[in-house]
Amino acid sequence: MKRLDALRGPVPPRPHDARAIAALAANPGCARRAVLDAAGVDKDGTARHLGFPAPFGQSQFAITRGNVFETLVKENGCAELLRLMRELLGLPVAQVGYQDVENVGSHLRASHTRALIDRAARESEDSAVFYDHPLFSLEIAGHTCYLEPDVVAFQLGGRFHIVEIKSFAVIDGQAEPEKVAAAARQAAVYVLALRTLMAELGHDPERVSHDVVLVCPENFANRPTATLLDVRRQLAVLKRQLTRMTRVDRLVEDLPPGLTFSLDPDSEGVPTRPAAELAEALARVPARYAPDCLSTCDMCMFCRDEARACGSTDLLGRQIRDQLGGVSRMTEALALAEGAAEPAEDQEEVARLLRLANRLREECLA
Amino acid sequence: MSALTALARLRAVREGVAQPITTVRHCHLSDRPMVFIPLRMAGEAAAPLGAMVGTDPEHPRLLVVPQPRNRDLRFAFAGELAEVLLPYIEGFGKTTETVEKRGGEPYERCLDAPQILVPNRPAVAFTGLLGRSTRFRRADGPYPVHPSVPLLGRWLTYFADRSAQPGSSLLPAVTEVLGAHWATGQSGLEDANLAALLGWIDPPAGMDGRRAAQEAEDPLLWPPAGPATDPGFDNEVLAPAIRAYEEAPTSRAVERIARALRTQLEPTWRLMWRAVELLRALPEGSRVADRWEVDRGSFTRFVERIAEGAPPQARRDGAVSAAARLAGLERARASYDVQRAYDDPLVMAEYRLTGEAFAGVVTGAEPEHFEGEGRSRKLRPLIRVRTDDPVRLAPGTAVGSPDRRGHGAEVLGFADGEILLKITKGMGRGKVPAPGSVPEPGERVCYTSLTDDFQSSAALPDPENTPWTHGGPPQEYVPDDDDAQEEWS
Ligand code: SF4
Repeated sequence: MKRLDALRGPVPPRPHDARAIAALAANPGCARRAVLDAAGVDKDGTARHLGFPAPFGQSQFAITRGNVFETLVKENGCAELLRLMRELLGLPVAQVGYQDVENVGSHLRASHTRALIDRAARESEDSAVFYDHPLFSLEIAGHTCYLEPDVVAFQLGGRFHIVEIKSFAVIDGQAEPEKVAAAARQAAVYVLALRTLMAELGHDPERVSHDVVLVCPENFANRPTATLLDVRRQLAVLKRQLTRMTRVDRLVEDLPPGLTFSLDPDSEGVPTRPAAELAEALARVPARYAPDCLSTCDMCMFCRDEARACGSTDLLGRQIRDQLGGVSRMTEALALAEGAAEPAEDQEEVARLLRLANRLREECLA
Repeated sequence: MSALTALARLRAVREGVAQPITTVRHCHLSDRPMVFIPLRMAGEAAAPLGAMVGTDPEHPRLLVVPQPRNRDLRFAFAGELAEVLLPYIEGFGKTTETVEKRGGEPYERCLDAPQILVPNRPAVAFTGLLGRSTRFRRADGPYPVHPSVPLLGRWLTYFADRSAQPGSSLLPAVTEVLGAHWATGQSGLEDANLAALLGWIDPPAGMDGRRAAQEAEDPLLWPPAGPATDPGFDNEVLAPAIRAYEEAPTSRAVERIARALRTQLEPTWRLMWRAVELLRALPEGSRVADRWEVDRGSFTRFVERIAEGAPPQARRDGAVSAAARLAGLERARASYDVQRAYDDPLVMAEYRLTGEAFAGVVTGAEPEHFEGEGRSRKLRPLIRVRTDDPVRLAPGTAVGSPDRRGHGAEVLGFADGEILLKITKGMGRGKVPAPGSVPEPGERVCYTSLTDDFQSSAALPDPENTPWTHGGPPQEYVPDDDDAQEEWS
């Protein structure tokens, strides 16, 4: 823990959100991100200071619309949500309770969430309860992360459902597939966190449904509609990726002593650390850049620049890299294709393919 | 993604400029395309913010919605868009040709069809949503709109639906078209940025593709091509301008928003026309006209549907029409792939790479070879082809050739790096092969197992016989008052 604090420097750690965990799981081979996240480093601020800000601005129009919609759904103790759930699950729910976990203050939220979920799981009576602003924890690569979902868990007939409120529209029963996919990946993180909690409390984790309730505006109006989203596949992927991740403590062990990513903020919080020195420190932790990083990680511009500097085939995308049989340098792949380099033993097949491709291109463009 | 494209991308990195991955253009390009660049308000499903549209590169028309959350202003926008698009679209419906069909009634087909170019796939989707949000409106009743609005909605829906059809050129997304003809030195993901993509394909003088693409990522220099706007622009420029309009909806306030949107749209407008020039410079593939003919036929049928007063397209397909549509799309995809390969040696090279095609030189020919006896005696010329390609075609495989239309052969076997082929089709009806129908020694030939004659799809029932497991026969879709009055907030 001390070590992680030292890596971060004299600032409070950044909390994780499900989006970050889903993104982390999407690139499990990246040690750099795993270490930065575990240490709670402010990646956005770091990238900015390095001169490589991520292009992740948010429009105030979108933020406003998202907030308005969420408020609408949660208004009056989630009355609208209750109506939707009744319809969706076809269950007669007379009574409903509403618990805003946020009221207890941030330092108690995790334990309070825990106690509330434990009580709900023990009680057999059929009253539904919404939990607003719960706080879950989840172990990622041997490191505990706290999740602050603005999500509501709902307990009904002894089962818990994760509710995701998203402001993208469902039009005639269809929504943008990428947005639904992203929501499903995030929701899977919450399902996993809640299941882990249930298991710790000695309850059956399967009481947390893999059917997540996705609440979105319907058609072109602001009226919400709810859909069940089966996240079993995302859960399986998430679990597999999480077990594949090297434990952070092992990653940290291998780092040179005294290494830190601190921005050395002055009393005003303004970074004073020379950017070049910080870049050097970051270079000590290997990254695994992929174009997907451009939409998922604050460090993307920095890592892309680094990948360019060494001419990595990663720049062109996973598919191309696979086509190149994992040859990691672009110049090397070209040399193989043009017969300027002899293939190593494990490269014979890809070299043959590339030489053929090269001959065909020459022939057709002659 | 094949090793060929991978190699082209590597070359692009080394040369600093995008590399061709085709030798011809595979899409139709109209002499007078309509360029349409819509912008959407962030966070909203289908709230138009503005658009730049027109057929004259020098005179774009700028449409502006000063407060995108205002329903009346949105319909006013739809009305203005209709003013530009409908005369253009309807103009093509006027001149037709009569098509004589073997064994069928002759029918009329428009001589040409409209082509609307949008920057990217999200713009196609947004076009569809604009269509969806306007096609059910009515000119009478509680919330009347201008009669052109629902008509526009049906057209936009038609174009967006049609663009799912592989090989259709009625509503192309320009980034996709460019990406199908050039490989850049960046990832496919980054190619979705029109300015970056064009930066690689056509970097400004004195700059290499990578630099140009890097500059293109700066939203201040190159605003996004829409429909999503740059969040920085939203927060710093647009939001205050809209607020000013809300406080005092004067023409000055509208002008301020219009000026702001113009800065975001004009660079893309220029890029779109630059893309048109680049694509025009490519020679057109020989089967492009065939596919455009199919587009013209489809367009003509929709013109007729509208003239007959058919109702707007349903909200959702019934089970049978959805299945039929899917099967149709699959067939079109396969056929489009084959046609491109037949039109373009560089596309065919993809299949040579996998062994489904080969090219080589004819080393021997026996043009007057016969098979069978008596009445069943048939002309079956034989040829031998030497190739260096890694052929993976089993004896007995039927093959076609891009060199000769209607020509067909069968693989007999392999010997000493040579392939023995038996010509089965395209020799004419005479006792000896028609002149030129059998390749001669020394000639370069190409053969492939890809063929364009696909089996017709598995029999689907007529819509009225949809089994109950699939929802039963669909109700005839009749838009009702609810549709016409649906909120668009
Ligand atoms: S951007 Fe860099 S740090 Fe982030 S996941 Fe990608 S490679 Fe890792």
